[in-house]
Formats: sequence, structure tokens, C-alpha cells
Amino acid sequence: MTASVFFGCTFIAFGPAIALFLFTIARDPLRVIFLIAGAFFWLCSLLLSSLVWFITVQISNKESSSQQKGLLIFGVVLSVLLQETCRFGYYKLLKKANEGLLMLSAEETMPISIRQLAYVSGLGFGFMSGAFSMVNILADSVGPGTIGIHGDSQHYFLSSAFMTMAIILLHMFWGVVFFDSCEKQHWWSLAVVVISHLLVSCLTFQNPQYVGSLVPTYIIVFLVGLWAFFCSGGSLRNLKLCLTCKDKDFLLANHRPR
Amino acid sequence: MISVIVVMTIFLVVLYKYRCYKFIHGWLILSSLMMLFWFSFMYLGEVFKTYNLAMDYPTVAMIIWNFGVVGMICIHWKGPLQLQQAYLIAISALMALVFIKYLPEWSAWVILGAISVYDLVAVLCPKGPLRMLVETAQERNEPIFPALIYSSAMIWMVGMANPARHAEPTNQDTGMFCLISAYNPLALTMLRGVKLGLGDFIFYSVLVGKAAATGGDWNTTLACFVAILIGLCLTLLLLAIFKKALPALPISITFGLVFYFSTDNLVRPFMDNLAAHQFYI
Repeated sequence: MTASVFFGCTFIAFGPAIALFLFTIARDPLRVIFLIAGAFFWLCSLLLSSLVWFITVQISNKESSSQQKGLLIFGVVLSVLLQETCRFGYYKLLKKANEGLLMLSAEETMPISIRQLAYVSGLGFGFMSGAFSMVNILADSVGPGTIGIHGDSQHYFLSSAFMTMAIILLHMFWGVVFFDSCEKQHWWSLAVVVISHLLVSCLTFQNPQYVGSLVPTYIIVFLVGLWAFFCSGGSLRNLKLCLTCKDKDFLLANHRPR
Repeated sequence: MISVIVVMTIFLVVLYKYRCYKFIHGWLILSSLMMLFWFSFMYLGEVFKTYNLAMDYPTVAMIIWNFGVVGMICIHWKGPLQLQQAYLIAISALMALVFIKYLPEWSAWVILGAISVYDLVAVLCPKGPLRMLVETAQERNEPIFPALIYSSAMIWMVGMANPARHAEPTNQDTGMFCLISAYNPLALTMLRGVKLGLGDFIFYSVLVGKAAATGGDWNTTLACFVAILIGLCLTLLLLAIFKKALPALPISITFGLVFYFSTDNLVRPFMDNLAAHQFYI
């Protein structure tokens, strides 16, 4: 519980997300606004689900710990479903806003494409979700103390950091896949996104047996990441061109004045 | 407190109407002097006390003198836009800290609510003092109070033929906040860039600062922060639609207050329970 634990866990949990933000989003104010709006929608979903959970706890038996655990599990499932509902709501709002922006602005093309919006909103959801899960833990890790002194796991901070990183990346990938399937009206892939989110959350019920929760979660991160890559127009050919710096479109795009 | 603000605002508008520019400029310079030198000295003292750092007076005098003089030049005369924006933000933060430290617990929340209502009334009602201020300035074709406003971009006023006005091209709009709180909580587009009154910054900072100080929980602070930003986005959207001066406080402060109380009472136990079992949503 020292500065090294604090910095290590912060960079594990938020490193990829901050890097993505700095390199792709920070320079464009419109993207920053949509990122914050995405964070706001996640926050609204959390508020609704904690309201429902709070009401159920008040009317339940506070002594029985198994009932409380059951209510918490119900709260988690409800929260996941509400998050995906809010993501859908945000998608609808963005479609309408894009048409409005087009009317207001003088240019002919939309200032931001729906694919960029998918990425940005997914990252917004991820940032807020990761922050809410991790920030209090990080704040506690700076102070004195011993982890797991009552017999709990000693790897609490580290596993939380890895889980948070996975969740942030997953939200970003889910955002891309979700918007793409809404555009193409593939409702089955929408259902797969929701089910994978539920799966990841339910896997965490096995904590502190981290092997059971972290390993499958990272497998899911990898698979959904691949799916998002192919959804957003990537392919092996594109990847090869990009990595060998031969992709003319990409090189030209970076010199286009904004 | 609210009556003080109302009285000072009306006083400022009356002064502006009767063209007592020298008095207003003197008042603003005096209050910015106080902010930059005295309040930052107090803040520095608190920081040294908290971290138990020993510091001698000559060093402190040099630091405060440099900070203050550069601030005065940047705000009231010319300076790089980035630096001027930084100084305005620093002043707003200092003012907000003063409010947070010296106002009692519940007074701060009630004042935030009351100020939003007053802002709504003062800017939108036909007889409201701030609306009269804006309209008078627009009639005289002058920059809207070049001393209380934060501007996001440079504005150039070129080609003004009227000799009655000061026709130099102004590089930036200076902005300042008056100590006894005559403020300009309005959002206004002018040529390019958006202008936001410094009073708005101060009350946003008071909200987030109080959430951080009393909440004890980082989630509450984050929630308030995001809520205020979204309120500001919505206000700017309304500004783009209506194209006239709008009150910047009501929407943001309402969102901020709602999210503060709901996150503190509803979300905090939920997230604490989840973290205890290490469940992730």
C-alpha cells in the first residue's frame, strides 16, 4: 500500500484508455463533448439501477446476508441491462443530433461519422465505468494498511486494476459493435453484445477466485476486440498496409486540414 | 448573501448606465489586486501548513509578487490568451475556495440553488438587471463588460467607424470577478468564440469543491463534474438555437445538485457493496 501500488494500479487500469484519449480524442473538441455525453449516459443508467436496488434493500430483510447477496446479484444484472438500454438510447439521440448538426452547419458532410461516434461513446462509457469502479480503491491504496488482513485475497488491488482495464476496453469494443449492428439492423449481434456483457459481470461473481473470472474475461476482450476490428472495416490487408506504412489513404488523411 | 449579490448587481448596472466607467474600472482593479495578492498568499500559507513545509518570507514575497504582477498585466492589459485564461481560472478557483471554506454546510447548497433562480430571473426577465446590462452594452455597440468575462477565443473588432468608441482592435477580452460578487453569469456568442461570465466558473467550482470536501467519496465528485459539463453543453446548445444572452447557471447547477444528492445517497452504498464483493457491472 505505497505509492508504487497506487501508480502501478492507476496505469494498469487507465493506461490504455488515457493513451487512446490523448492520441485520438483530445484534439477534437466535438469528440470530447460526445465522450462526456457518453459518460453522462452511463451515469444515468447507474443512477436508475442503484435507485431500484436501494428500494429493494429498504423493503427487504437487512439481517439475512444471503438475501442481501441475492439482491446485489439482481442489482448487477439490472444494471447491465440498463446500461445497454442507455447505450441504445444514446445511439438514437446521436442519430437525431447528427441530422440536426448537418442542418445547422454550413458544410455538406457530417462533421463526425457514426463510426467515430460509436468509438467515442464506447470509450466514454468505459471511462466512467472504470472510474467508478476503481477510483475509491486507488484513493485507499495511497494510505496505510494491509490488504487481506482478515483472510481475504492479497491480490485485491492488482486484480481490480486488471479487471478495470478489461472493462474499459470491453465497453469501447461493445460500443463499436453495438452501433454497427444498430446501423445494419442485425438484432442478433445486439443480443450477443448484451449477453457477453452479462457474462463478464456474472463471471465476477466468482471473485476472489481470480482464475475463474480474469482469464475468461480477457479471452472475451480479445474476441470482442477482433469482432469490433472487423466490424469497423478492418481486415488483414488493411492491417498489413498500416503496419508497413504503405496505406495511402491513412497517410493522406493525416495531412488533410481540419 | 443573496441580497448582497442583488444589490451589488443593481449598483453595477446603474453605474454602467450612467457611464461612470472610471469608478467601475477602479473597483475591478482593486478587487483583482486583492484576489491575486492577498488570497493567493492565504492559499499558499494553507498549502505550506498542510504539507509542513518551512518557507521564509522573502521567497514567499517574490513568488507572490511575480504571480500577482503577471496576473494584473495579463488580465487588464495584454497577454497571451492561454495565460490569461489560466489566470482567470486560478482566480475563480481561489474565490470558490474562499466560499467553500467560510460558508456553513447547508448555506452553500441553499445559496447555489437560490443563485440559479436569481440568474434565470435576472437574465431572462425584461426588467432584470443583467438583461438591461447586456442590452445597454449592445445599444452602445461596446464589448459586453470587458472585465468580467472569460472568452474562449480571440475576437477582433476591426473596421469600427464610430469615433465615440475605443476603436483599437482588442486582442482578448479581459475578465475579472469582483470581490463582493457583482457577477455576470451569462453565456454569449460574439463574432467567434463563446464568452462565459466568471461568476459561472466560481459557482461551478463551489459545487464541485463542496462535493469533494464533504462527500468523502470520489464517485460523488466525478458525478458532479460530469453533470456540470453536460449542463454547460446543453446551455451552449440552447445558445446556438436562440442566439441571445442566456443564463449559464440554472441547468448546470440543477444537474449538479441532483447528481450530488442522488450519488451520495443512492449510488454510494451500491458501489461500496459491489467493491466489497468485487463484483463488476
